[in-house]
Amino acid sequence: MCSLALFPPPLPSGQTTLCESNNELLSGTTTEDQLKQESSPLSLYFPRESLKLHSRTESSSKAAFLDHSETLWMRSAAAWRDGGLTGLLNEITTSHTEVPKWLSMSSGCILALLQKVSSFHGSLFPHLTLSSEDMIAEFSQVLNWSDCVVRAFAWHPHTDKFAVALLDDSIKIYNPKSATTPTLKHRLQRSVAAVQWKPLCASALAVACQNCLLVWHVDPCSLSTRPSSGCAQVLSHPGHSPVTSIAWSPSGSLLVSASPMDTAMMVWDVASESCVPLQRVGGGGVSFLSWSPDGSHVLASTPSALFRVWETRMWTCERWPCVKGRCQSGCWSPDGSRLLFTVQGEMVIYALTFTDTPAGVPTSTSQGPQAAAVVADLSETTFNTPDGDIIVGGEIQSLAWDSTGERLAVLLKGDPHAADRPAIIAVFKTRTSPIFELLPCGFVQGERGAEPRLMQFHPSFQHGALLTVCWSSGRITHVPFYFLSAGVPHCGLSGSPSLPRPQTVPADFANQSLFTELMS
Amino acid sequence: AVLLLGPITAALVILGRFSLFHPIQTISVIPTIACSKIALLGQLLHPRQLVNSAVHCVMGIVVAWCCAITIGGRYETLGYTCPQSDGSSQMCLNEYHLILLLAGAFVGLSYSLLGVIHNMNYISFHTVQQYKYLRFKGALPLVVKCSATQALYSIRNFIVVYFFLGYIPKAWFCKTLNLYLNSSVHPLDSIAGLLDLSLVYHLWISASFLLFTWHITLVLFRIFVTELYSFPVQSSFTEDAHQCLAKVLNEKQPMILKFLALQDLALLSQHSPSRRCQVFSLSQPGGHPHNWNAISKECLSMLTDLTQRLVAYHDTVATNGRAKSLSTGSERKTSSETSVTSGTEDLMSPRPTLLMKTPASVFARSVVGTPRTPLTAPFTPDLDSPFASPALRRLTAPVEQCSPWFGTVQSPHVKNFLAKRVLIMYLFNKLPEASSQALFADSQAHIWALEGLSYLVQASFSEDQFGVVQTALPSILSCMLVLQEAVDRHFKLPHASSKPVRSTGSMGDSTHKTLRFALRATLKTAIYRITTTFGDHLNAIQMSAEHRKRLQQFLEYKE
Repeated sequence: MCSLALFPPPLPSGQTTLCESNNELLSGTTTEDQLKQESSPLSLYFPRESLKLHSRTESSSKAAFLDHSETLWMRSAAAWRDGGLTGLLNEITTSHTEVPKWLSMSSGCILALLQKVSSFHGSLFPHLTLSSEDMIAEFSQVLNWSDCVVRAFAWHPHTDKFAVALLDDSIKIYNPKSATTPTLKHRLQRSVAAVQWKPLCASALAVACQNCLLVWHVDPCSLSTRPSSGCAQVLSHPGHSPVTSIAWSPSGSLLVSASPMDTAMMVWDVASESCVPLQRVGGGGVSFLSWSPDGSHVLASTPSALFRVWETRMWTCERWPCVKGRCQSGCWSPDGSRLLFTVQGEMVIYALTFTDTPAGVPTSTSQGPQAAAVVADLSETTFNTPDGDIIVGGEIQSLAWDSTGERLAVLLKGDPHAADRPAIIAVFKTRTSPIFELLPCGFVQGERGAEPRLMQFHPSFQHGALLTVCWSSGRITHVPFYFLSAGVPHCGLSGSPSLPRPQTVPADFANQSLFTELMS
Repeated sequence: AVLLLGPITAALVILGRFSLFHPIQTISVIPTIACSKIALLGQLLHPRQLVNSAVHCVMGIVVAWCCAITIGGRYETLGYTCPQSDGSSQMCLNEYHLILLLAGAFVGLSYSLLGVIHNMNYISFHTVQQYKYLRFKGALPLVVKCSATQALYSIRNFIVVYFFLGYIPKAWFCKTLNLYLNSSVHPLDSIAGLLDLSLVYHLWISASFLLFTWHITLVLFRIFVTELYSFPVQSSFTEDAHQCLAKVLNEKQPMILKFLALQDLALLSQHSPSRRCQVFSLSQPGGHPHNWNAISKECLSMLTDLTQRLVAYHDTVATNGRAKSLSTGSERKTSSETSVTSGTEDLMSPRPTLLMKTPASVFARSVVGTPRTPLTAPFTPDLDSPFASPALRRLTAPVEQCSPWFGTVQSPHVKNFLAKRVLIMYLFNKLPEASSQALFADSQAHIWALEGLSYLVQASFSEDQFGVVQTALPSILSCMLVLQEAVDRHFKLPHASSKPVRSTGSMGDSTHKTLRFALRATLKTAIYRITTTFGDHLNAIQMSAEHRKRLQQFLEYKE
């Protein structure tokens, strides 16, 4: 079952995907002028050169100062402050000329023992040895996060505004209805891994940073372009950093955060700045979170070959061990009944179906499925294009499902070293009721040389689905998919496009179902 | 480990005894917040508190005695025979035993006093529901850590006290029990005696054990009390009618039941379609939505009550706390009430009186029907007569009288006179945040009411077959908007929006300090929940122009 073979071939280079209309993807040749000309206020371009990057990290400034001798006590105190117990032991061991022999010997032994233990721990969970920047890059939903100009992106759940986190650790908020674009900067806002707006709120934006979580309160009526750092709440918990993933509950009352270093997932009551750690041993941390749109479940994947699905009424979880690798990405159907996820090292998309709990039984856990079903196979497929053969497929970086549940976008990693294996976004048409179906739609491609890094669907687009893609060039574009949602009753009042329903289209490849539940 | 084995068996005895003495009546879901230092002092010297402290001291001694027996060795008995220089032997005081017992008493006392200061008797409800076992497991590391650190500090303080005052109990014991001091042994109230590491360790471990027992009891009690209880929305039998959600919600006492009912309401409205369906249902003969009416009316009256409280407080602050004559006070009261009622129509007119006891009343006006002068008394006027002993009465009587001076200083020479007495000022000055905290002390109930109402209204969009919610929608919206306005105004006051220092590593619950922020966030979310669900349909609702403007802000996501 090779799904990608049924896709229309990728566009020749130089052509970009513009939109979907009448059930087909339209493309066009775009040049720089055209891009500038037709760009809507929401299409943005952040050239890498325009960002002021801080090149030095704090630890590297040490080299700039001359070494000068301090007393052993001072050095020990400094080592304790900077490096904790390990630093102190290290300091004592290295300055063996000044301390008694037994002390330096014993601290050397303890140090060796500590290193043995940590290396053993590290061999169980290899990710623990990564630096926090590398860890964010490893577990981020963004492709090649450390090299990305746009590091995180979030649409507001109810309005047309969005937040963009950039490489220089600033966050900009764009709103087509307002002339001001507030820029958020904070001392603790470093290495932003994810941003998300609070649902049912106009102002709160949660930011996952290297050492903490920030919740900004950006007054939408304010004319200030630089909100002070007093507008940000700092949420931190010892041992809970770096934060790689956050998720607001759809009801806007709770925020969960995850760190691959911490086996506990934090559930925050943001207003009172208190948190409840939900600790489960196994997995070595939590790397990715996704809250189902109906609020009933939370997907929490770990750095090991294991992920959990929490139900949010009594906060119990189901364990889902994977065979091959960790769960890389996941997304929920709009009604929260179906979870699609991908596993690192595999080229398929799995689905899990959750049936509703019997109503009125408050303490029963949800009756989950027994095993995941493969719904799409994205193994490598060769397409013949005028520019030569292009190989599409492979491992999956992230998944996104639009709020109507009719378009599923899959960001394929590709191979950065091979020119004929680009990273690409494959879009599927999906139907969730009465049965789950998957049909091919097409590839979304950008301008020449730009590869997709990050994508997100607009949560409340009126005319179908709107996919926002952040490209490696620093450009942010929006690809609309115009269709009539099957879930919304057609009233024919608005000038809707002619029925682009999959059933009514004459038989061609687009009509061939890749997966239906009837097959399995 | 062997050392702890004995104490743990003793723990069973202790726990059994403890539950007998446990002053359950002091546990409450609404924190008592002292608005000034003197009020805190009053709480500490409250007879009930004195009894509580005494009981804790005795418990501490008993546990320390158990520890002494189990540790054995030099700690085992209070007296021992010691040879005299002249060859005869007599009973001598074993100071090691004594110091352990005294440490137990001291730790008990400090536990009970710190309990008052840290509001240990306050039970907060969790935002996240978890099973009891998991919750207990999650709390265990904190309990161990807290016990160990608190024991460390207590023992440190105890050692200092013993160093200076240790001779008093020693002499007393010697006198009453007819024991002698062994002059050949080092006295323990000296630097050399107290530097005995093994002694300090034993003191610390027994204190930790004592505190651990108490903390575990407290944690278990909290977990079991706040456990989710599911009230039936509708009962088919009349004898069970008093257990119904609506019935329990409308009860005033006991508070814990009301809180549990509100928690259940908030959760059922969010998670349980079948129980929501019962709320929206009509009564079988007659076709009245009794369940919905009772629930919504109770929630709205609670919210209105909070609004009134906020408005009254704001007025008091705005007029700089000046005492007004009775006539103006009552006049303003009616005006403020009408301004509120105008929004919510006649919904609350049937019950204009207070529903709950105002928590730690920052002001005792308007909510209580009696025409009291609007004093911002620094003293928490606990109505059930805390000061039973005449000595305490004498202590507090001037306070009650002079209270208008402090919240409401009128004449400058009085002010000068007071300024000279720094200590008095220190004691009577209002703690800046406390009045704000006290206003929102029972806001957990309001938070649930807001959540319950908003989720029910949201669900009614698709689930309410008979349109029972529609009729109440204007009053719900205007009630929330009026409250929103009052809360916004309150947060503009100084100190209202300053964040309290987060205290970690203490068993005391500091949730009450942030309740006002939680309420503000919940209120906003609740209004957004309704506006997002109904969207432009809300334009069809009758409401005042001001409210419509406000609602439009929410519809455009500009709040």
